[in-house]
Amino acid sequence: MAEGERLDVRKTYKLYIGGKFPRTESGRSYLVSDAKGKPWANACRGSRKDVRDAVQAARKAAPGWSGATAYNRGQVLYRVAEMLEGRREQFVDEVARAEGVTRRVAAETVDKAVDRWVWYAGWADKLTQVFGSANPVAGPYFNFSVPEPTGVVGVVAPAASSLLGLVSRLAPVIVSGNTCVVVASETRPLPAITLAEVLATSDLPGGVVNLLTGFAAELVGPLASHLDVNALDLGGLDLALYREAELAAAENVKRVVPPVKLSARDWLSDAKGQDPYWIAAFLEIKTVWHPIGV
Amino acid sequence: MAEQLERRGERAPARFGGLDYAPAPEATDHVKLRADHGLLIGGRWVEPASGKSFKTISPATEEVLAEVAEAGEEDVDAAVRAARSAYTRVWSKLSGAERAKYLYRIARALQERAREFAVLETMNGGKPIKESRDVDLPLAAAHFFYHAGWADKLDYAFPGRRPAPLGVAAQVIPWNFPLLMAAWKLAPALAAGNTVVLKPAETTSLTALRLGELLQEAELPEGVVNILTGAGATGAALVGHDGVDKVAFTGSTEVGKAIQRTLAGSGRKLTLELGGKAANIVFEDAPLDQAVEGIINGIYFNQGHVCCAGSRLLVQESIAEPLVDKLKRRMATLRVGDPLDKNTDIGAINSRAQLDKIQELVAAGEAEGAEAWQAPCELPSRGFWFRPTVFTHVAQSHRIAQEEIFGPVLSVLTFRTPDEAVEKANNTPYGLSAGVWTDKGSRILELATRVRAGVVWANTFNRFDPTAPFGGYKESGFGREGGRHGLAAYLDLSEGG
Repeated sequence: MAEGERLDVRKTYKLYIGGKFPRTESGRSYLVSDAKGKPWANACRGSRKDVRDAVQAARKAAPGWSGATAYNRGQVLYRVAEMLEGRREQFVDEVARAEGVTRRVAAETVDKAVDRWVWYAGWADKLTQVFGSANPVAGPYFNFSVPEPTGVVGVVAPAASSLLGLVSRLAPVIVSGNTCVVVASETRPLPAITLAEVLATSDLPGGVVNLLTGFAAELVGPLASHLDVNALDLGGLDLALYREAELAAAENVKRVVPPVKLSARDWLSDAKGQDPYWIAAFLEIKTVWHPIGV
Repeated sequence: MAEQLERRGERAPARFGGLDYAPAPEATDHVKLRADHGLLIGGRWVEPASGKSFKTISPATEEVLAEVAEAGEEDVDAAVRAARSAYTRVWSKLSGAERAKYLYRIARALQERAREFAVLETMNGGKPIKESRDVDLPLAAAHFFYHAGWADKLDYAFPGRRPAPLGVAAQVIPWNFPLLMAAWKLAPALAAGNTVVLKPAETTSLTALRLGELLQEAELPEGVVNILTGAGATGAALVGHDGVDKVAFTGSTEVGKAIQRTLAGSGRKLTLELGGKAANIVFEDAPLDQAVEGIINGIYFNQGHVCCAGSRLLVQESIAEPLVDKLKRRMATLRVGDPLDKNTDIGAINSRAQLDKIQELVAAGEAEGAEAWQAPCELPSRGFWFRPTVFTHVAQSHRIAQEEIFGPVLSVLTFRTPDEAVEKANNTPYGLSAGVWTDKGSRILELATRVRAGVVWANTFNRFDPTAPFGGYKESGFGREGGRHGLAAYLDLSEGG
């Protein structure tokens, strides 16, 4: 280093569990390279125990988050957009480096990620009316069906689209009141961890989103077989691991969304990259009957 | 008050002393039983490739009613091909309005032949004629009528989507509501534009087979609905067949999990309606007489062969004693016996295997320290029967508080606070239904929100309607039947509108 030049302070990338940033309990890490193959940073190689801790944190956060008003959840998601916007430049750098795209494309990607949070924020207090119903039963009963969050959802983030793909799958899971455990892109985990820093400063209660980095083949199994996980979004899972994950998921009848194949372009498209029915995939419908006039 | 209750208590068993009902058997002469039945494949009744068949009986008399074909893998393959061919050549080309008219026809034909189907249902399944006549048949017809109207209005059901049928649906249904479950499965599948291979339960094939004849009379195009009779192996071959685009199953959680494993990694659309262990929660301010009727209906309806049965009574401690006393007195008036008798409340247990299972769990309840009480009724000498039973002193860990008994057996637990009620209600792997009895509206809404169950009955129980989505949380399955939500299970909604 030349004289007078400042030595930069590097970031340690850790996990995000229960609102905190712990290292993996296993003490392991793996080297993450950028898109050009240049070593970039060490990421935590999460373990089975980290999965269990993350699920526990997600379950603990479930009553509060699912019990929050839809208006409140909408504002929190909007706050995430605000925080992301404020750190735009940092994300443009990271996405460009992780995905090997130009700064222009990276900027487009980050902007879209911000807009996607805004789009889903608006769904918080609409989904009950769009996906619920009042039912005209043939008898003297007041009858209605309301959507409720499924519970704790395991999310396998898309491998290639490290930020936008993740945001596009994460927002529809949590907007309705689910909490989740995310397995970040194995090869491009760093933007996900930086996103967790945004979430941590966005009024999102700790434990609503828990984020693990590491090897999908190692983390998805324990997540899929965990009996306190109610559903899985395998959107980003490699097809080779799909069957095994769903086999494990059957043990407690998890709802499973299969892998989806979307290109980086697709995630940028509103027609393909955002969908209210992705919210519906992690909703339970509850029908309530009450007699009239008795 | 207590005195009054005492006196009524003494009077209740009086019917055993002379106030009994005269027999009022429903006539069966208008139900022509066929000696043997083939499989409905591609619009024709055919013999199974293996030539194998099995006997189906009346569980009330153990009398053989008919011989039913046992479909094997070859038959499954033929039926799936027939359904595929009907889908590509005919059914997917019809307009929604034309599909609707077929479904309306089916609904009307079922109404016209309701008595015949009700009697046959009772003969083959053992449920009281009162229920098959007043519940199963009207609801089955209503399901076809309701879904008929959707067939040409699908575009309005799913905003922002262009709904498309999935193709061939494999549907495996249980023995507790044989015809009604067939209606729950067929109506939305056909309205959405799919073709079907249906497998009824092995002990109760007859109404499904007769429905097959009715579909032919309605001139439903050949192969749109194919019906395969058989047992578990037939069902397994069907749900595992590669030519199937969608699988719908109603039955035990154990089999449901096996089906989910079979389909793992295939990406095929699956809906499961599985077991339950519903809490029926009674607060001290509930109207007790109404609640007692609700509890009785909740657990003894259809011999307790109901996945959403209120099999765990959670009663607030302060009223536990009087409520259980009232309940026992009411139980003593239940008429158990000939299901064809119009006064019968509780019919026959569906099969010997089910009776064995009930007996095993009841024995486990006693062995684990719960206290059983049974209604003092006489049981017929032939057939499969079980007395209405209530267990008190039940702990949450007991098998009778955790496992689905699927029989006329109620487990009573107590609670002190609403929080405790919610915690106990949710303390099973199931989440199909729940009941809440209280005079307080805000409490109903609180409990309805906090119990993790797909259907909540407040101050009522076991109500069903084609417009009201039905289905479970957690290990009670996923997907809904009924309403707009039930329709979604049979549609491809991936295309934007």
